[in-house]
Amino acid sequence: MASDGEKRGFFGRLKAGLSRSSSRLTQGISGIFTGRKLDQAMLDELEELLIAADLGPATAATVAKEFGRTRFGKDIGETEVREALAEEIAKILAPVAVPLSIDPARKPHVVLVVGVNGTGKTTTIGKLAKQLRDEGRMVMLCAGDTFRAAAIEQLKIWGERTGAAVIAREPGSSAAGLVYDAMVEAKAKGADVLVIDTAGRLHNKADLMAELDKVIRVIRKLDPEAPHSTLLTLDATTGQNAHAQVEIFQKTAPITGLIVTKLDGTARGGVLVALADRFKMPVNAIGVGEGVDDLRPFDPKDFARGLMGLED
Amino acid sequence: MFENLTTRLGAVFDKLTRRGALSEGDVDTALREVRVALLEADVALPVVKDFLASVRDKAVGQDVLKSVTPGQMVIKVVHDHLVEMLGGASVPINLAANPPVPIFMVGLQGSGKTTTTAKLGLWLSQRQKKKVLMASLDVRRPAAQEQLAVLGVQASVATLSIVPGEPPVAIAKRAIQTGLLEAYDVVLLDSAGRLHIDDAMMAEAEAVHAAVQPIETLLVADAMTGQDAVNVAQSFHARLRLTGIVLTRVDGDARGGAALSMRSVTGCPIKLIGSGEKLDALEVFHPDRIAGRILGMGDVVSLVEKASETIEEEDAKRLAAKIEKGQFDLDDMAKQFRQMRKMGGLEGLLGMLPGVAKVKKQLAQANVDENMLKRHEAIISSMTKGERKRPEIIKASRRQRIASGSGTSVQEVNRLLKQFFETQKMMKRVTKLGQKGLMRAGLPGMGGGGRPPGFPMR
Repeated sequence: MASDGEKRGFFGRLKAGLSRSSSRLTQGISGIFTGRKLDQAMLDELEELLIAADLGPATAATVAKEFGRTRFGKDIGETEVREALAEEIAKILAPVAVPLSIDPARKPHVVLVVGVNGTGKTTTIGKLAKQLRDEGRMVMLCAGDTFRAAAIEQLKIWGERTGAAVIAREPGSSAAGLVYDAMVEAKAKGADVLVIDTAGRLHNKADLMAELDKVIRVIRKLDPEAPHSTLLTLDATTGQNAHAQVEIFQKTAPITGLIVTKLDGTARGGVLVALADRFKMPVNAIGVGEGVDDLRPFDPKDFARGLMGLED
Repeated sequence: MFENLTTRLGAVFDKLTRRGALSEGDVDTALREVRVALLEADVALPVVKDFLASVRDKAVGQDVLKSVTPGQMVIKVVHDHLVEMLGGASVPINLAANPPVPIFMVGLQGSGKTTTTAKLGLWLSQRQKKKVLMASLDVRRPAAQEQLAVLGVQASVATLSIVPGEPPVAIAKRAIQTGLLEAYDVVLLDSAGRLHIDDAMMAEAEAVHAAVQPIETLLVADAMTGQDAVNVAQSFHARLRLTGIVLTRVDGDARGGAALSMRSVTGCPIKLIGSGEKLDALEVFHPDRIAGRILGMGDVVSLVEKASETIEEEDAKRLAAKIEKGQFDLDDMAKQFRQMRKMGGLEGLLGMLPGVAKVKKQLAQANVDENMLKRHEAIISSMTKGERKRPEIIKASRRQRIASGSGTSVQEVNRLLKQFFETQKMMKRVTKLGQKGLMRAGLPGMGGGGRPPGFPMR
């Protein structure tokens, strides 16, 4: 807590504080660790840098503590710190790096995509359709977001781009009814994969979650084992609320994996580290742009190194 | 996960003396907890630090009022300072210019720009009787322009015709031109979502800004945004000279610390908040409400508003009249259960109440959940009309019938009836004592009142 003597105004101090933090995490670290011994003050600063990457106060404390346990009092260089921390974080993330696997025996393998509004469900589905099409699969998309204006058109455009058939109804019609039709049609046509889009919903809206529950029940009427994959999209810009999103969505939907979107910004999605630690939820892929090829496999090492600002 | 700050500070201060002035030590201990609360609420770290430094100065040496504990005193200081920093009074949308007044909406992808644009269009046309034209400059996301057009129809607000292939700056110019020719008061320009580090896209926004010279440039930001909020707000502000911020998805359960971060780094007021999916869900920003939320102290005002939204006024009046006559029956109780579920269930309700973290835990342990409300409803539904009006006639055999009819057990029916009679008794007492009496008597099962004594209720 800087209680510096000079009488700068609040915004003056704030500006000074921010110019420090807005420079990237790495520069922060180089500031701390040039030719010093690892002591408590350094660990505290380290912890703060992790907090600034959205790891959350609790996880940041744990990671910093674990880091200090083995290296306390040692001379330590900047790159070494970054490397070591990246390793520490990659260790937490390694068990959750599981790619989405499509079971070819299912016709169709049903993928349900859920998430909060604006996290990138429809865009992710477009990219996913491209990948699946490139693998030579027959893909059908179900425009289950019947609520948001033009969501159906948006998915149709993705369908055209990727060569996937899109099953849609009028805006405002029942999502569950549409999903039923889509299941029937995908089965009849022998599609390999059916990807179902859903309307964005805030997880704390009981009625909207009940609607999602109904969609899942309808899917199960036609295939008791479906949805075979249920993906939750998470916006990398999201902070600690991601905890609540995962926690509550998985109560209603059998979430099998996360897709972390918008990782091409300055937000590093550090909350993922906390999520991996707490929920052990697989991360199936990450989104790094709006282009059709911008869905990438989740590589814990790369992600952790990115978090620490290390080059590949 | 997120513990209520009041509870957490309570635990810290239980060990300390309860009187006198706040010592430096007291304050530092408390501020450590406040720090975690702010960070969990996604307030950006540098903002947290500066905030704590100034709060510390204010809090040290404060006399602890007789009515409160040191913990509550610290919370009060923190809360008040937070309100102050969030910007005391609300600032309206500036329309003081020659029409058509251009308003430019910018933000990251998925922050809710298009929906907010339509909401603002509706707001300005309905509440301020302005003639509004909306135009989407989003030529990137598939069907984005159509989205605004559809919303325009829903809101009965005009939208600019879509010319395929037209670049954003040209659309913006055409929108202003149309606004001028067709005598619109306001032209709302929705833009494509863009990353603040995407130089090409930011340059495009700058070009639009230069071309139309907007009176308001509003950053639309998600209330769930994490630590990155400072970077986003700063970058947008540096390049587009923001005039205000619109915080969206405030109806979620995010604590909304991003509001403080963005307000602090840009100095721009938060002008409006988006509070729902419907087009009329746009509200003026109230700093005190967000302050309470950031601190995890619940949001009493929102609770009351939510209640008034869900509960029909007519119904409420009828119920009040019934209570006054001592005629509260099982039908009324069932209605209340339904309303409670509509409002997001017990947990959702309790989440908004200050100081009930403990009760919430007890509830979780006692397995009082949604299902219980549903079962209670089922039990009441299995009664005859007569039974609902006069529950005292429900004896053993009727109880058995009701239990099997509702798929529950006699014990559960008994429990419900007992609860009903207690409620009825309490209501009779209320009518005798008046409202004050209710507060004194305490709501049964609520562990004796919610909010900490002496804490200002706004």
